[in-house]
Amino acid sequence: MTARRVIAGLCVAAPFIALLWVSRYAALGPQLWGIPFFYWYQMMWVPLAGVLTVIAYVLLRGEGKTSR
Amino acid sequence: MSSGINGVALAVFLFFFLAVTVMGFVAARWRKARNAMSLDEWGLGGRGFGSVITWFLMGGDIYTAYTFVAVPAVVFGIGASGFFSVPALTLAYPLGFIFVPRLWSIARRRGYVTPTDFIRDRYGSRALSLAVALTGILATMPYLALQLIGLQSVLTAMGIGGTGASWFARDLPLFIAFAVLAAYTYSSGLRAPALISFVKDTLIYLVVVVAIIYIPYKLGGFGHIFAAADKAMAKQNPVTHAPAGAMVPSPATMVAYATSALGTALTMYVYPHNATTVLASKDRNVIRRNSAALPIYSIMLGMLALLGFMAIAAGIKPAGGNAQLVVPELFGMMFPSWFAGVAYAAIGVGALVPAAIMSIAAANTFTRNVYREFIRPDATPAEEAKVSKLASLLVKFGALVFVIGRNPTFSINLQLLGGIWILQTFPALVIGLYSRWLHRWALLAGWAAAMAYGTIAAYNVPAAGKPGSHFGGSSAPIPFTHVTCYIAIVALVINVIVTVLGTFILRALKVDAGIDRTEPEDFTFTGSETQASTVLSPVQGSGDSSLLA
Repeated sequence: MTARRVIAGLCVAAPFIALLWVSRYAALGPQLWGIPFFYWYQMMWVPLAGVLTVIAYVLLRGEGKTSR
Repeated sequence: MSSGINGVALAVFLFFFLAVTVMGFVAARWRKARNAMSLDEWGLGGRGFGSVITWFLMGGDIYTAYTFVAVPAVVFGIGASGFFSVPALTLAYPLGFIFVPRLWSIARRRGYVTPTDFIRDRYGSRALSLAVALTGILATMPYLALQLIGLQSVLTAMGIGGTGASWFARDLPLFIAFAVLAAYTYSSGLRAPALISFVKDTLIYLVVVVAIIYIPYKLGGFGHIFAAADKAMAKQNPVTHAPAGAMVPSPATMVAYATSALGTALTMYVYPHNATTVLASKDRNVIRRNSAALPIYSIMLGMLALLGFMAIAAGIKPAGGNAQLVVPELFGMMFPSWFAGVAYAAIGVGALVPAAIMSIAAANTFTRNVYREFIRPDATPAEEAKVSKLASLLVKFGALVFVIGRNPTFSINLQLLGGIWILQTFPALVIGLYSRWLHRWALLAGWAAAMAYGTIAAYNVPAAGKPGSHFGGSSAPIPFTHVTCYIAIVALVINVIVTVLGTFILRALKVDAGIDRTEPEDFTFTGSETQASTVLSPVQGSGDSSLLA
């Protein structure tokens, strides 16, 4: 368990916490361009999850052999 | 909308349909291998697809005509609860990132064509692998049928099909479209949807981008759209006095929302057709790279789901109350005829690509895990390819029979059930990628218990406002509680509990656990080592492949 693997694990886990904890974001406000919070928050997590997955990919690739 | 044929839209649609048909047949000669008659060639496109093709193919799996038509339809009907497919897709990528590379490695190392091949090798149990194979085929059929419904809704919106005295006149256009699809899938295999998916995704991107800019602009902005949706959701049902839907999940539906998202994300990679795409890619890092790049698809899905609210704001009242027509009718109303044609083509081609992949995956599963396993163990590769080609025709024909003359609700309900069923293969497949501790008979018992519970629980869900009806939804209270939860997840928990308890008991009784033919290092095989060629020689493409790889 290197620090890299821990950070990669956190990157992969973050979207699960952010999206499965529904009561945190089941709200109408604050709105963004007229879109209620519930909708734009979830759409915001789409690219965010992608970026975090890229970070995890780069971290694990940097370890040399990608295992797991 | 169904009165009269929209000539311009139909002409544009036919242009794209013909173009795609030509591509489908030409695909047989694309990156052709010397020995074309094997399942690796027909069913997995030679296992040589690079990042770009894999990305398009995976998108082809996820982004189906059904998503295009049904997700907005649910949002149109009940609001927030229909939006769960967005977090579901978002979570599917990190999940894929974790375990899919292992599945790819073991499959490449040992020459598996289907995920069931792995289960057979790992647990040495024909009963378990048959259970998983049949679950896969059964769950894929209604999914395939739903692609037809997506195609049908577009044809109806253009004014062809959908009306007429006999089922034959009504469904003839659908029948022709599907016969053409069956013909080029038969001759080109996985290469056909791979090549066509470029056109499909270009069309879909174009249509979604135009739709999410142009339609809100014409409707007076998102503020206005959400205000109209809010009013529609608050409207009470005259019978039950319950509101039509909600703009955000209420505390009582939050667990169902979260578990639906998680459960759908988990099913993403256990459906045979998703595994087919994964196994067709040429190296392990393609999978990981794609897991990161695919979210671009889900951004579109979020916007697509919002089309449901846009339809409310636009005052769409779908013909015959068929919610599946909401999006085609919205496009017909908002866009000039020629662009409506492009949009219909996007949905139509969006039905053909996944339908091809699904039928190939189901056919491969039948060939490898039923035909070769139980009927002809000494089948040659050429024979396997032949059986698979025929099976792909049968599967498509079966789906067609399913749809013709039936209410779309029937197929949607079965697809719901399919999702619950397919998730029950998760422990054997995914836990099996990491550990061999679970006992084969315990896995079979867990699967059986979960299938029984899931089917009964789904049967007992009444449709909204219709007490006593069946298969009305995919969420039910967790047994002995009042917490509403996605049935597939409850069934999966039952599955895991039975499997773990069973494993303890069977191991204590020293019941034969079967032979494991896999090696630990198979799971991290990267495909770059020279020993790859001893199992399978990767296809060396000609000039175009270096461009696409």
